[in-house]
Amino acid sequence: MVEQVTRNLEKVTERAAEHREVGAESTGAIRARNVRKEFIDPNGEPVIALERVDVDIQPGEFICLIGPSGCGKSTFLRLVAGLIEPTEGTLYLDGEEIKKPGYERGLVFQDPTLFPWLNIYENVAFGLKMRHIFKEKKDEVEEFIKLVKLEGFEKSLPHHLSGGMAQRAGLARALVNHPKVLLLDEPFGALDAFTRMNMQDELLRIWKERGTTMIMVTHDVDEAVYLSDRIFVMTPRPAKIESIVNVEIGRNETYGRKRDSVDFLHLRSKILQILDYTGKAAEIEYNI
Amino acid sequence: MSASVSPKEEQSSNFAFRVQTILPIVGVLIALIAEVLLPNHPNLKYADLPHYRYFLYISLAVVAVLALLSLFWESLRRKYSYRGAFVGGVYIFLTLLDLVTAKWLLLPQLYFPSIARIFHVFFEDSALILTCIKSSFLLLVKGILIGFIAGMVCGIAVGWSRGANYWIYPLIRILGPIPSSTWTPLALVVFPSAQGAAVFLIAFGVWFQITILTASGIQSVKKAYFEVSSTLGASNLQNLFKIAVPAASPSIFLGFFNATCSSFVALMAAEMIGCKSGLGWYVNWQKTMLSYPNVYAGLIVVAVFCYILVTLQFKVRDRLLSWQEGVVKW
Repeated sequence: MVEQVTRNLEKVTERAAEHREVGAESTGAIRARNVRKEFIDPNGEPVIALERVDVDIQPGEFICLIGPSGCGKSTFLRLVAGLIEPTEGTLYLDGEEIKKPGYERGLVFQDPTLFPWLNIYENVAFGLKMRHIFKEKKDEVEEFIKLVKLEGFEKSLPHHLSGGMAQRAGLARALVNHPKVLLLDEPFGALDAFTRMNMQDELLRIWKERGTTMIMVTHDVDEAVYLSDRIFVMTPRPAKIESIVNVEIGRNETYGRKRDSVDFLHLRSKILQILDYTGKAAEIEYNI
Repeated sequence: MSASVSPKEEQSSNFAFRVQTILPIVGVLIALIAEVLLPNHPNLKYADLPHYRYFLYISLAVVAVLALLSLFWESLRRKYSYRGAFVGGVYIFLTLLDLVTAKWLLLPQLYFPSIARIFHVFFEDSALILTCIKSSFLLLVKGILIGFIAGMVCGIAVGWSRGANYWIYPLIRILGPIPSSTWTPLALVVFPSAQGAAVFLIAFGVWFQITILTASGIQSVKKAYFEVSSTLGASNLQNLFKIAVPAASPSIFLGFFNATCSSFVALMAAEMIGCKSGLGWYVNWQKTMLSYPNVYAGLIVVAVFCYILVTLQFKVRDRLLSWQEGVVKW
């Protein structure tokens, strides 16, 4: 037991060191101060979409937001993206207030939302063209298409791609802008289990290569434990961050985590406990 | 009767025969036999006009060549054998017309002239008909172009800007559904020439269709497209022209299709009110002259004219909207 803890500690220290290295050269820190969001429902009643949030996300950190629907996780993501404005409080990116959407905060949805009238190459090049830097950075389009392993599909139209391929194209489209922060709204939710696991590893590879801050909404506890440095566990009614869990399990060579390790399962059930899904799932696990 | 050679054989050699490719030849032969062997009715005027007969000779040559070519050319064989029965049917129909009008004179020949007499008009009156085609085409192009530009501007404004929607949309709702020919009295007063009035009437109908479908197309663009493009660095204006307009293009095109179809109606109506040229004017004028062969000839020209324009439109659509999944077929 002691051995285990020591080993974990070592890995945590290792990871923290890595972090500092990445953090020193890259940016992408998100700070939320006193952020609250209310919507007006069709009956004219205010609905609290997100209760007071005060968090700091470090540059290069991998954060997962997890929780049942209605807990405000997508709301938080949209606030960071600048697509909606907080009712109260302020969000900052590297100390600067977030007021509207921008290319430094890339966004990937569950539905890849590729523009169907553009082919894959044009989709990936879209951001560069909008920013009028396509001519100078032309090579990067190919580079990112390669990064997500879609070489040879440049001329294909989005509806000719499979779900996983389309999602990878969406990822490349966001990454080509070199965003400081990548916001992922259940990006792998619609994929089958195997594709999802592959995509998770690819995402980790990209994360390691680029040092991008990742904020990912998911409803899959395994995914959250496998990927993230910290997990924001959120609960509905009132919609808020219930607790923040540090994932102190060492990463393996693909930067993921051993899915069947005791630590993994332990953390998994701990999160389920916070989410109040303690009952059956956890019991069955320990009865095996 | 099974016509096609078994698919295996078809694959092994390019040479194959399908019975359907013979059907047009049969149709033309029947028409030719009826025309040549049966005598015209003694009371038929213009009985010596040879145009219909010449037309059939040429048809026979063409269908024979097509049948021969389709022995060797696979893609032609597929298309031509599919259309074979239809083409044959057309000639059977012509034969019936020939019998009813020229051979047996069952209908009053003033209103139902023989086919040869109608074909004769194309030669007799070709100069005038060509001027009419040109003048109609110019009116149509001007009207559609003006209507399209005005419609796009209004549609984009109404679909995109809340202010424009507030001020312009009610106007469109009130003015738009009025059939454009209702504006004729006003148009004739306002515009110095009948041509100008005609352009206005055509443009008006096109404007309405394009405006409505552009606006609704832009309003129903998935919100997620804008969200993604905004986070990719697109400005508001870029969101409009790089996202909203392309995403709405199927709807805009549907508006354009409806608009051209209704513009034919507006064109004919406009030309009948005061123009001294154009296909609509031609048909109307010949009617008042009781010159029905010219009326039919004019109608045939109008049909071919509209068919070509609509076909052109489909070609353009197929090119521009090929990105759509499961394109709507008309």
